[in-house]
Amino acid sequence: MTQLALVIDLNVCVGCHACVTSCKGWNTSGAAGFLSDDNPYGKDPTGTFFNRVQTFEVGEYPNTQTVHFPKSCLHCEDPPCVPVCPTGASYKREEDGIVLVDYDKCIGCKYCAWACPYGVREIDEHRHVMTKCTLCVDRIYDQSLPAAERKPACVMACPTSARLFGDIHDPESAASKAIQENGGYQLMPEWGTSPANHYLPRRKQEIKVREEDLERVDNPLKVDGRLPEPALKSPSLDDVTSW
Amino acid sequence: MRPALSVILLTTLIGVGQGLFAALYTVQVFDRIGLIQGPTSPMFYALGCAFALAFLAVGLGASFFHLGRPERAWRAVAMWRKSWLSREVIVLPAFMGCVFLYGLGHYLGWTQLPILAGLDATLIIGAVGTVLCALLFLCTGMIYACLKFLQEWHTPLTVINYLLFGSASGLMLATAYAAIVEPGLVRFFAVWAAGFTLAALLGRSASLSRNARLKPRSSLQTAIGVKHPRIVQSSQGFMGGSFNTREFFHGMSSAWMRSVKWMFLLAVFPIPLALLAGGLLGGVPALLAAAFLVQYAGLLAERWFFFAQANHPQNLYYQRIS
Repeated sequence: MTQLALVIDLNVCVGCHACVTSCKGWNTSGAAGFLSDDNPYGKDPTGTFFNRVQTFEVGEYPNTQTVHFPKSCLHCEDPPCVPVCPTGASYKREEDGIVLVDYDKCIGCKYCAWACPYGVREIDEHRHVMTKCTLCVDRIYDQSLPAAERKPACVMACPTSARLFGDIHDPESAASKAIQENGGYQLMPEWGTSPANHYLPRRKQEIKVREEDLERVDNPLKVDGRLPEPALKSPSLDDVTSW
Repeated sequence: MRPALSVILLTTLIGVGQGLFAALYTVQVFDRIGLIQGPTSPMFYALGCAFALAFLAVGLGASFFHLGRPERAWRAVAMWRKSWLSREVIVLPAFMGCVFLYGLGHYLGWTQLPILAGLDATLIIGAVGTVLCALLFLCTGMIYACLKFLQEWHTPLTVINYLLFGSASGLMLATAYAAIVEPGLVRFFAVWAAGFTLAALLGRSASLSRNARLKPRSSLQTAIGVKHPRIVQSSQGFMGGSFNTREFFHGMSSAWMRSVKWMFLLAVFPIPLALLAGGLLGGVPALLAAAFLVQYAGLLAERWFFFAQANHPQNLYYQRIS
């Protein structure tokens, strides 16, 4: 069974909010109608967003790290928001594991938002229905887009490639490999919701040192610095090869 | 959580309606098995049911104000297999129908219907109504008790307290009602009202002391998955408010919370009990009516506190604007 999800690399995220604005840009222009955006330049701006980037300071000065933390619906494998919905508007798709809201069935009772420990569902104050991240379900299957663009808007926008999109049930997908190889984890595991979205932790930067960085490839004696000095008139490497 | 007036009214008003109906049916059953002398006129039941229906209907009406799309409320019956809210949406109108039929049966005197082989139809309708009444308490309580990460609510005490508070307030109303139309039943209702009020005091004290000792299972560490003991949010990601900052924070000081707690503890338990005793001993119906009104006002505060006290784990993500 497929379970589409995002894998967000906290080691790479720079907190630029490009995913927030591209998400809003894409989703406010969709067929479901606009996302609220009241007083955007006024005193008390408010609106509906499917994605937020938050910032945390970890540690004590001077040993601190700033962690930028993008947060959107985690598309839990056992989503607590789905069984509480009285109308069936909130549902999890069998075929790809995306948790969606049927805006035509939602009565706006907010019970699903109460039932979500992550606070990723936001009611739209103008449409009066619950809204949330759709993993850009209207993008990722769109055959009119080039295959490389069939990804959520946030993933397309990320300038540092901190967001990976893929099937986490497919062990060969880039998302699965990133989780396995870099210690990917889930948020609030204590509630047993099994979020599909994973986060990659901060990790020590490793410099990849290849063999040829340490030893010159044109070093036949395998001893650096002990190459015989060429005679002044003898041909150099440039004279005998065409590279 | 931010308490919503619509939900406070819904839960308290239908509690009164349920308790009043249960009180009426108890009198009929006790009368039938000869433990007490029942009311002199069947109109006592019919009028009582009209009162209960009024409370249930106003409560149901209030609940619509909680919905963003009230015109689609009928859809809420769909998921009764999974959702306690859906079950409540089904059970409440069914219960109201039973209360209506029960009152109508008494009004029209369906006590010896030939099609039921001379059985008392009101007793049967009342029994069905009592089952639905209990189910409605269960549904209302479970809506809150089933949310496991709202730890303040996730306890059987939530369901028990809804049952006890609803019954106590309904019996208080029944006492005041009987004082006006059936003085012979006042003592019977008053004893039950006092008993349920004391039981509710026990149940609420238990939940208050339980909640005071709760340790939140989620922390900033589990919320963002960083193990360091010192994590401070420096930005929640936006400068204004949002649904998440409005819906899940009550925004009141701890001093306000403490005073609401003591207010409801006084207004729901000792004051109505004193008024009840005064009304009973002095024979003053006005004091009995005051006992119900004070207790109901106290229940509004109690319900406000119930919602406000629940600390949603999502609040960990929304601590700092900048």
